[in-house]
Amino acid sequence: MPVSEGNSGEKIWRRRTTGEAMVRWLAWLAGVAVFVWCWNRISATTTWFFVWDAPRIAGDIFDRATPPRWSYIEKLWVPIWDTLNIATLGTILALLMAVPVAFLAARNTTPSTRFIRPAALLVIVSTRSINSLIWALLLIAIIGPGILAGILAIAIRSIGFCAKLLYEAIEEIDRKQVEAVTATGASRWQVMAFGIVPQIMPAFAGISVFRWDINIRESTVLGLVGAGGIGLQLSGSLNTLAWPQVSLILLVILFAVVLSEWISAKVRSAII
Amino acid sequence: MLRLEKLVKTYRTGDQALKSVDLNVPKGQVVALIGPSGAGKSTLIRCINRLVEPTSGKVWLGDTELTHLGAGALRRERRRMGMIFQEYALVERLTVMENVLSGRLGYVGFWRSFARRFPQSDVDEAFRLLDRVGLLGMADKRADELSGGQRQRVGICRALIQNPALLLVDEPTASLDPKTSRQIMRLICELCAERGLAAIINIHDVALAQMFVARVIGLRFGAIEFDGAPEALTPDVLTRIYGEEDWQATIRKVDEDEAEASATAEAVA
Repeated sequence: MPVSEGNSGEKIWRRRTTGEAMVRWLAWLAGVAVFVWCWNRISATTTWFFVWDAPRIAGDIFDRATPPRWSYIEKLWVPIWDTLNIATLGTILALLMAVPVAFLAARNTTPSTRFIRPAALLVIVSTRSINSLIWALLLIAIIGPGILAGILAIAIRSIGFCAKLLYEAIEEIDRKQVEAVTATGASRWQVMAFGIVPQIMPAFAGISVFRWDINIRESTVLGLVGAGGIGLQLSGSLNTLAWPQVSLILLVILFAVVLSEWISAKVRSAII
Repeated sequence: MLRLEKLVKTYRTGDQALKSVDLNVPKGQVVALIGPSGAGKSTLIRCINRLVEPTSGKVWLGDTELTHLGAGALRRERRRMGMIFQEYALVERLTVMENVLSGRLGYVGFWRSFARRFPQSDVDEAFRLLDRVGLLGMADKRADELSGGQRQRVGICRALIQNPALLLVDEPTASLDPKTSRQIMRLICELCAERGLAAIINIHDVALAQMFVARVIGLRFGAIEFDGAPEALTPDVLTRIYGEEDWQATIRKVDEDEAEASATAEAVA
């Protein structure tokens, strides 16, 4: 490779050959050129007046939004409770569906690699690829607005995520432990319960609280499209330009998310 | 007790791990299976309880032929074959007791096992076995808290609680220190004698094998190269099994070790 011989016969080593170095320089040059070109395009289509004005507007909104309208909190208890419930029930529902899907998708537990595994993978990919807001819009059209639509949107969106992480955990288990349980004459289900499940329990617990944590954040915006929870209040306040209410809602959401992160961190460190 | 007839295993890669092995192990006999890595020792053992499916040939356990059994019948026969593994293969996140009781899975229904409600007689037997191997106080520990020697003792309990007629033992001492290795080998052989169990023990350590077993089988390239008493393992025989090497040290070690081993035995007892 980049070892060559110098004039007096000594061996010279360099990290890259001259050709490789040239290719890298050209790649960097092309990258910079594309960046500059994009910068110009964006700059040409930007109304710079609004951008220069942005700090003043932002300051203006901040002025109007402070102090938050603390008394409004009375109307937020129920929506934030709904939001937490949407996230929690949605996560539980998702896990119930994700576990079988994960076992069908994992190479070492699937009954058929040719038919069932691709089907399970399709479920995983398709539920993962659509954002929960879009699921919520679809479900509201089907079952009407409300908390149920929110729960289902969160649940469906989470199946793929949970099942993917879980089936990867299943594929990484120690096969010898499974072999040992099989050798005792245990049935297929017993092998699963004694050989596989104990090995994936930490992963399962970690995935559950991780997804629950994500779902709390996702469920706060579901109300924007009418799927229940605190997002409904948020969109209402935004539309009526009630900035002190908006700031209070944002504070409440922040508090809920911090709380959920704290709980999931506690749970994870307790299990692993 | 155990009879292998023309047992052949060819892996999908084309490797012929076993070439027509014939073997007869009478009741109560402990056999050591030696041979270089890749000679097919593990495959042989796993073909008996069909963790690896043999390509052709027959395996007779008592009056039952195992290679043609369906899933349910195979599980019933597996209960009669206890297996002990190289790296213990305990379920790490279960307790010692759960690991031992998992040896009874073939006898207990799914929901009872799932709820960990094993029959009292099984629990009694588990405590008896743990006491026998000196781990009575460990029943509630998680398997991954134990040392190597302790784990292998749990593995032995799990195999014995099956109440097997045959023990299949795959490199029981490969990951243990020399002293623990001997203790484990001695324990296995004692338990086999107590219960009249036949056993096939895969083992790398020729000297250790000579110390404890009545019969040694040498496997080379998937065929039986030697079958006889441990005393008959001369340098010539070892060269035939393993290839050219100076074997004097390996064999001489046994005589010297004998005295020390019995001293250790007394210390342990």
